[in-house]
Formats: sequence, C-alpha cells, structure tokens
Amino acid sequence: IKKTLAKPGVKNIVLVDGVRTPFLQSGTIYADLMPHDLARAALQGLLNRTGLPKDAVDYIVYGTVIQEVKTSNVAREAALGAGFSDKTPAHTVTMACISSNQAMTTAVGLIAAGQCDAVVAGGVEFMSDVPIRHSRRMRKTMLSLNKAKTLGARLSLLGSIRLAHLAPELPAVAEFSTAETMGHSADRLAAAFGVSRLEQDEFALRSHTLAKKAQDSGLLSDVISFKVPGKDIVSKDNGIRPSTMEQMAKLKPAFIKPHGTVTAANSSFLTDGASAVLIMSEEKALAMGYKPKAYLRDFVYVSQDPKDQLLLGPTYATPKVLEKSGLTLNDIDVFEFHEAFAGQIMANLKAMESDWFAQTYMGRKTKVGAPPMEKFNSWGGSLSLGHPFAATGCRLVTTVAHRLQKEGGQYGLVAACAAGGQGHAMVIEAYPQ
Amino acid sequence: LVLISILGLHCEYFTRTHVNYEIKGDVAVIRMNDPSVNTLSVQMQREMTEVMDEVWGNSAVQSVVLISSKPGSFIAGADLNMIQACTTAEEVTLLSQEGQKMFEKIEKSPKPIVAAINGSCLGGGLEFAIACQYRIATKSKKTVLGCPEVMLGLLPGAGGTQRLPKMLGLPSAFDMVLTGRSIRPDKAKKMGLVHQLVDTLGPGLKSPEERTIEYLEEVAVEAARGLAKKQIPLTKEKGLMQKIQDHVMSYPFVRQQIYNTVQKKVMKQTKGLYPAPLKIIECVKAGLEQGPTAGYLAESQNFGKLAMTPESKALIGLYHGQVTCKKNRFGTPEKEVKALAVLGAGLMGAGIAQVSVDKGIHTILKDTTLEGLSRGEQQVYKGLNDKTKKKSITTFERDSFLSNLTGQLDYNGFNKADMVIEAVFEDLSIKHKVLKEVEAVIPPHCIFATNTSALPIKDIAAVSKRPEKVIGMHYFSPVDKMQLLEIITTDKTSKDTTASAVAVGLKQGKVIIVVGDGPGFYTTRCLAPMLAEAVRVLQEGVDPKKLDSLTTGFGFPVGAATLADEVGIDVAAHVAEDLGKAFGSRFGGGNIEFLKSMVDKGFKGRKSGKGCYIYQPGLKRRDVNTEALEILESYKLTPNAAISSDSDIQYRLVSRFVNEAVLCLQEGILANPVEGDIGAVFGLGFPPCLGGPFRFVDSFGADKLVEKMRKFEEVFGNQFTPCQLLLDHAKDPSKKFHK
Repeated sequence: IKKTLAKPGVKNIVLVDGVRTPFLQSGTIYADLMPHDLARAALQGLLNRTGLPKDAVDYIVYGTVIQEVKTSNVAREAALGAGFSDKTPAHTVTMACISSNQAMTTAVGLIAAGQCDAVVAGGVEFMSDVPIRHSRRMRKTMLSLNKAKTLGARLSLLGSIRLAHLAPELPAVAEFSTAETMGHSADRLAAAFGVSRLEQDEFALRSHTLAKKAQDSGLLSDVISFKVPGKDIVSKDNGIRPSTMEQMAKLKPAFIKPHGTVTAANSSFLTDGASAVLIMSEEKALAMGYKPKAYLRDFVYVSQDPKDQLLLGPTYATPKVLEKSGLTLNDIDVFEFHEAFAGQIMANLKAMESDWFAQTYMGRKTKVGAPPMEKFNSWGGSLSLGHPFAATGCRLVTTVAHRLQKEGGQYGLVAACAAGGQGHAMVIEAYPQ
Repeated sequence: LVLISILGLHCEYFTRTHVNYEIKGDVAVIRMNDPSVNTLSVQMQREMTEVMDEVWGNSAVQSVVLISSKPGSFIAGADLNMIQACTTAEEVTLLSQEGQKMFEKIEKSPKPIVAAINGSCLGGGLEFAIACQYRIATKSKKTVLGCPEVMLGLLPGAGGTQRLPKMLGLPSAFDMVLTGRSIRPDKAKKMGLVHQLVDTLGPGLKSPEERTIEYLEEVAVEAARGLAKKQIPLTKEKGLMQKIQDHVMSYPFVRQQIYNTVQKKVMKQTKGLYPAPLKIIECVKAGLEQGPTAGYLAESQNFGKLAMTPESKALIGLYHGQVTCKKNRFGTPEKEVKALAVLGAGLMGAGIAQVSVDKGIHTILKDTTLEGLSRGEQQVYKGLNDKTKKKSITTFERDSFLSNLTGQLDYNGFNKADMVIEAVFEDLSIKHKVLKEVEAVIPPHCIFATNTSALPIKDIAAVSKRPEKVIGMHYFSPVDKMQLLEIITTDKTSKDTTASAVAVGLKQGKVIIVVGDGPGFYTTRCLAPMLAEAVRVLQEGVDPKKLDSLTTGFGFPVGAATLADEVGIDVAAHVAEDLGKAFGSRFGGGNIEFLKSMVDKGFKGRKSGKGCYIYQPGLKRRDVNTEALEILESYKLTPNAAISSDSDIQYRLVSRFVNEAVLCLQEGILANPVEGDIGAVFGLGFPPCLGGPFRFVDSFGADKLVEKMRKFEEVFGNQFTPCQLLLDHAKDPSKKFHK
C-alpha cells in the first residue's frame, strides 16, 4: 500500500458513484430525443443507483459542447425534468471534449471552498440533432423584418432575399481560430510524430477488442438501462465493433486525401450520450452512509497552440499533475486517456516518450515516459465505446474508480485533449476497501 | 584497374556538392542542396545530369523523386550571374538550349519523376518541375510557384513558354508568364499546375521544417511507386469545362483572337517600353502554331536577345539593388524595438501602425482627438480586413494582429516605448512641440523618429536634449502599399539609432535607403524640380491629360499631373516653396502662385475631390478640372517652339529629376548610386525599365544628356545646368555609376 495523497488542510473530496446512458452512434435509437432527455436519463439513473434523496443535492453542473439553443442551460432543464428540487441551482459549462471534466472540477471547487457538500456533475452530447442556422444575411433580413412597420418596408426587405441567402450554415467540428477540422489536425499530428497507418489501425482494433471484452464480461457497470420513448429499452453501447486489420486497411483516408492515415475506423465516431457523477465531501458521504468509490485528487488544465498541437493535451497535462501529486508515472496503476483518434493517442505516447520533445517544447529536463500498455484504457476507450463530447470526462473518471476497485490499484490517472488546444489531467486515488 | 575505377566512382560521388541521391527500394530520391541557394547553376546542372544518367542506367530504379534539402526553397530560379556573365545573345541562347535539352530528357524519362516541392519554385525551378511527370507541393507559406522572368525583362527560357500553355491552357499560361505573379499551392492545385498537396507539420520528434520535408519525401516516394506501377494515372480525366476550353482553343481564329487581345493589353500596360512580354507572346504563338521545334527555337533565341536589352539589365539591376536594400548595413542594433509608439493617427501614422502590428510589434497609436484616432484605427482595421478578403491572412490572424494595437489620446505607456515615430502635421513648430512633450515621457534608450517628407531633420532635432537618438523616417503613401522607406540621418544621429531604424523598417517589410540630411533629403528633392517643370509645361498650355501621357509614355507608372493630385497640390506648393527658399532659382520653373491659387480654390488634389482632375467616388473615369484650366489661363506662358516637342518635354522633366539625383550623390546625400536608383523607382515611380536615374545616365549616355540639358539651359538658365559629377561622366565615357 502506497501513501495516501491526502494533504493537510485540504478537504477530502470523493466520487460516490457515476453512471452513464449507453453511448449510441448518433442517428440511431436516440435520434428523436433532445439533449436534456439524455441528461435527464443519466441524472435519474444516478438517483436510482445511489438512492440519493433529491433534495440532498446542493448544486448541479453539466457540460455540453454543441448547444441546443432552446435549452442553453441544459443542466437546469435536465434537473427540473429529472425531478430534482426546483430549489437546486444548476449551471452549464463548456470546454469542448473536457466539458464534464470541467463540470467535475467545478464541483470539487464548490466543495473545497466549503460552499457545497454534495454536487452532481455530468455531461451530455447529442449529435443526432445539431443547430443548423440560416445564413447571416438571411438572419439579418429576418430580424429587420420584425422591426419593419409598414407593408412597403416589409415587401422591400422580402425582395432583398436572394437564393444564396437561403443556404444554411452547418456546424463543423473545426477550430474557429484556424478553420481546420479536428480530423485533419489529427492526421497532421500523426504524420508529425511518424505514426503509421498500421499503428493506428492496430490501436483502434485494440480499443474495440478490449471494449467488447469488457462489455461481454459485464465490466461496464456504469452503463444504466434507458427506456427510450417509443423505442425499446437500451442497455448497451452500440459502437463497439471489433473488425480485422484487413478490413480496416481497406478504408480510404477521411480527411487528408489521398495520402492521409486517419480513417473512419481509427477515429472516434459521432455519438449521443450522457453521464453523471455524484461528488461529495468525504464527511458528508460518510455521514449519509455512503461507501465512496474514490478520492478526486489533484487536477490541471493546460493549453497550447491550437493549430499544430491541438490534440497534445495529455502530453502536457500528465507530467504537470504527477508533479503536483508528488508521483511518477510508475506509481500509477490505472490510466484512462480519452481516445479522440488512434493517431492522436499514438502521437501523445510518442511525445511523452521523447526527451527531445520535452526539452524543446515543454521546458522540461526529461521526458515523463509513456504509460505501459497493460495499464492503459484496458476496458476500451472513446474509439470503441463512443465519444459524446461533453459526456466522456465522467466516463473516464468513473472507469478509473471501477478499474482501481477491480484491479486492486491505488492511483489512477485521467488525461484528455480538447478542441482549442486545451487539455486536462486528474489523479484519482482508490477509496480504501 | 577495377580498384581504380571503383575509387574513381567513389571520388566522383563525393565530389558532388550540389546534388546527391539515395535509392529507397525501387525509387531514387534525388536531393538538391546547393551550399548557398538552390539555383540552376552550371555546377547544379552538371551534377544533375550525372545523377540522372546514373539513375536511368540503374535497372533497380523504377521511379524518381526530385526534392530539395533546403527548407525554404525547391529551386529559386536560374543562376542570374551565369546569364549576366554572357556578353552576346548567342551565348545566352546556348544556355537556354542546354536547359531545354536537359528538361526534354526529363520530360521523356522512361522512369516517372515526381517533383516534390517545398518553398520557392520559381523561374528555371518551375520549368524543371513542369518537365517532370508529377508534382507534389507542400502548403507551406514559403511554397510559391511562378515565372518571374518577365519582371527581370526576360522570358522562361527552358521550355516554360512551350509547356505551360499545353498544361494550363492559353489564358492561365499567359497570365502566369506575363505577370510573373507567384502562385500559392492551393491555387496551383486548382489550376492543374501541381497534382497533389501536402500539409505542413507542426512539432513532432523533429523540428517542423525538417519533418515536413521528410513527410513530403515519404508522400512523394509513395506517389512515385504508384506512378511506376501505373496505379496513379499520369493524365487526369479532363473536366467538362476543360474539354470545352480545349475544343474552343482548337480553332486557329480563337487562338488568334487571344493573341491579339493579350498583345493589346500588354501594349496598353507597357506602352511598348518592355520588350519581354511581347517576345513571350511570340514564343507561345510559335510553339502552338508552328510546332515545338519552332517554338523552342524562338524561345531560346528570344531569351538570348532579351538578356542583352538595356531593359533587362535595368530590371536585373533593380532586383539586385532591392536585395541590397533589404539588408541592414549598420549591423544589429543594441536593443530590438518591441514597443513602438506612433504619434498622429492620420493617413501616414495609421499606415505605419498597420505595417507594424502585423509584424508583431506592439504599437501605440496616439492622436489628439477622438475623431482622428477613430479614423486611424478604422484605417488599420480596414487594411488588415481587406487582406482577409483576399485570403492572404485569416480573420483570426487579423484579430491577433489588432491586439498589438493600442489607440489612445495621452502619453500613457510611452515610458516603455523603444521607439516613437511622429507623423504629425508638417510644421516645424508643431514638430518641436511634440518632440519636447515626447522626450519628457520616454525612457533614455528610446529613439525619436520623425516622418517628414521635406523638413530637415537637424532643424527638428534642434530642440532635442538627445539629438543622437533623433532620426528621420520618410514613409511613402499609402504606407501599406509603397515599398520604400527613406531613412535620414543627421551628423549627430548615432550609428546604433540608424541600425535600429533600419531594423524596424526591414521588419515592416520595407526596401530601405539611408540618406544624409538636407532640404527634401533625396526623394523629395528629386521630385520637386520635375514637378516644377510639370507646372511650367501646364502653363505653356499642355493639357493635364497630354502631360500624363507624355510621362507615362516615358515609363513613369503615374503621369505627372496625376502624381501632383496624388501628392496633394497643397503639399506640392508647400514643398516647392520650402525647397525654393533652400535651393534658389534652380528649383524654379512653374509659378508657385499657380499652385497657391489652386489651393485657395480648394483644389488640393485627389483628397479634396478636385485638382488637375475631378474625382468622383465610384467613378473610374476622370475628367480634367476645367476650373483649374481657367486658373492656368491667368498664368499662361508662351512655349518656345525649339524645346517643346513631345520628346523635349519628356527630357525637360526627366533631366531635371536625374540631374538632381546625381547632385545628391555628388553632395554625399546619397551613399551610392544603387540606393539612388532604388529610391527613385520604388518611392517616386521612376521608370523601372530605365532602372533608375543612375542606370539611365549609364545607358543613355551622360554626354547625350548633358547635350540636351545645354539646349534647355539656353532658354531656362540654371534649372538645367548639369552638375559637376554629371559633367565628369559626360567627359569620360568610361565612367559609369554601375559596373
């Protein structure tokens, strides 16, 4: 048994439990829902799982990336719909793929500051329906139309509409600052680190194989069953599809043509899903009779160049959070990294393994080292389980807690990259059994 | 014997300094690495021929990749020195024919060759690339493709005029070869100039530059294999538009029509003063109408002829001069200017701010009124925003550049400024007031630069407590478009101050001349007598339009009357008066009172809507301002028929300009003739085909010029008296300003 990471004068904050809806490929069974429906399902699942009295929750924080404009504070709409007390405040945060990490650390902050004792954090992403807007010109005309007083003014405004103004604006998974899509950046990143197509396909296959194994052996216990209105009860992720290297090799590159290496098979797919966790101060959890699953310890956020280092968050965040906790890579028993693209994971592993990179770009004396693969994402990852942007963070943290319990480890590390060139890492300590 | 031959081979391999190759499986990767810059020098060509022969003779090799080991360039062009070393057209023609032969072999290579392009691929480099079977280019900002030969008065002499029309179609090929414009990778792909693009890479396990070249090579090697195995087709299926265009072009009368249109356009733009574009049309036409043999022959012969023209020599001289004036001959300044403050948010001040913020210099823009500041900040915004519309920068880059700009009305933050450039009104007392105010708030190391077009810097510096930190920086309007910066040093200006001003100017992207102090410095001093003469010509009854066509007909890009409107009639009057006082009757000619009457009527030139012409927003057409003609009536002079032919008028205008320039060199205002030529061409629009006043004297003949001036001198007196240095050159024809 290694030492505990508790620090004098710092409140112990615990993860009581975490759940998630099944992660489904967008456009499948969840297609007719709205984002807050999914969030609601996750919240109710958490209440069921923990038996938590609804009025015991002090605060709710939710993450989301692509916002449904009707429910821009999706946290509040979902909480009301899930039957939480209307006296429980709720707010929504957004930080791309680490939005629910931000929700969780916001909860940690509220508890650490002594303002709350029990906070529900979560994230939801619904890619089956995204806001598609009128063009700016059209919107301008429509808004002016509201203000036009006379028939003549209205007619002249209507007359100003041209066919081109009717073309809609679609959201893209692209950086605003560089206009580059994430897949394109991932392909360049893989090339920069010399990650081959073969390596990427192998890693993707590994992810699917491990996820399938975990699913079949019932390890994915954070997944709750969800009765979708008008559809059957869903209780399993539907994106796990172990293929063969031959099949995967047939795919054409998805972003950089014709010589790119990132394909549909070695990237995470568009996913619908929601997750939720219950975070409490240790005292409160114990007082309420809970047996917590893990301590949430140090965490960091990092950011770097959104063009050429868009997806290198884990490389920058890992050594930083380890130093904060006084740990080395060898101390970590369980690694859960967000798999945006197989190429992105492989690039991060190579960067972490490189002294030159650490010295040239991170101002460090030596490399932090790459996690040993047997400890790494061993129950699958975003590539296979799916990646509902804002819901992934809670899945990572809950999975670390579950794996620590199952595998008997003491420390776990979560790391993730996010659009905007940002990143996050958190150290999690197993709660004594 | 075997041993010797092996050793021999060995030696030969190692004596290659410019080209080497490596066999990767069945692909030969040929790497070009000239110790300085990759150019098609004699050495490069010799080694390339050797290497190609080895590669062709090696049965293990199925395909070839041609790549540069230099991060910033594929091949920057032919070796200019090689052309300049030739003394006859025939020699140059021979050079061209050797290039043609080499590229013909490349074109007919039985093993497909992939040109992997990163960085500049210009001139002969482009001709090399288009002779290859396949082209892959990186999307790097440094990657540009083009045929800049026309800008040097030459033509693409190694097959460019023959291959491009076939590859791109006539319209695109003409556009490329006649304008010499640089084409960026995405456009090149769209045009069909390259087949495939490769992204630049960021940090990885090697530096971005190194890894990007490696990646380009990997992609090119794969493509080469694909080509050899015929998995990648050599000819792309033509699109519908292309098919239609090809069909239309198959009619001789359509092609004839295009030749005529292009010819007319060239004549209109060049006034027939530049032979290269016309020769280019001739070569393209010969190739398409009479077949390749005639085409290639025309290309090589015309290339030889052009290389011997004074126009080409003038343009090449300007090219070299520009390179020289992009260097800091005063060394590295002690402290880099990171924080700049610009006083006055007018046209000039805002322009200076614009070219500074987009180079990452933190810039304070200070004005005295909110309205003035707002106008200035809007100018900076618009200047950058227009670039986003042309896609040369992104909106994000625009925003991040603008974050370097702080607009304000007070002297807050001046205590951290490394340099202050004042661009306030051209009035000595105002400049004095500003200098004193600024010196009270800036740190000791801070440089005070003054942007003025005529006020002597020493007069401005007279009230300074630290004259060694005072310098003149004369920008040209519009600052973001005009390349020249004239830096003026006084006797007291320190060398480090000069080095710093040059460094800032270079960072701002300027071509820089550094001149001595005096009324009008160099540029304004040359322009003033020419404008004085222009006014006299107008007074003699020559219509502004006629005056414009006489000056543009001589090669000036802007006519003298239009130039006066652009500069501002009020400014011209002001300068004429100031310089008239300083230099006396030599600067006379036209009547200043005429200019003053114009100003009194509000005819200040373009900015006021009326000058010699009437300017109406949205209207391109300009009519002569008849009211100005009425004013002229009262200043009417009778022309002397002996010196009033069109040609006489042209030489009256030009000789006064040139004589003043030579006098500036004689007096030491100019450090050398090169800067004199660059300043005149880039700042004042002196005809580029003449290469600047000094090159003009060399090629026209100082004696002939003096002869003309003596004729004018008889009528007008000392305004046309040749200066001593010009007389020296006239007396001794072996004396040249340029070697």
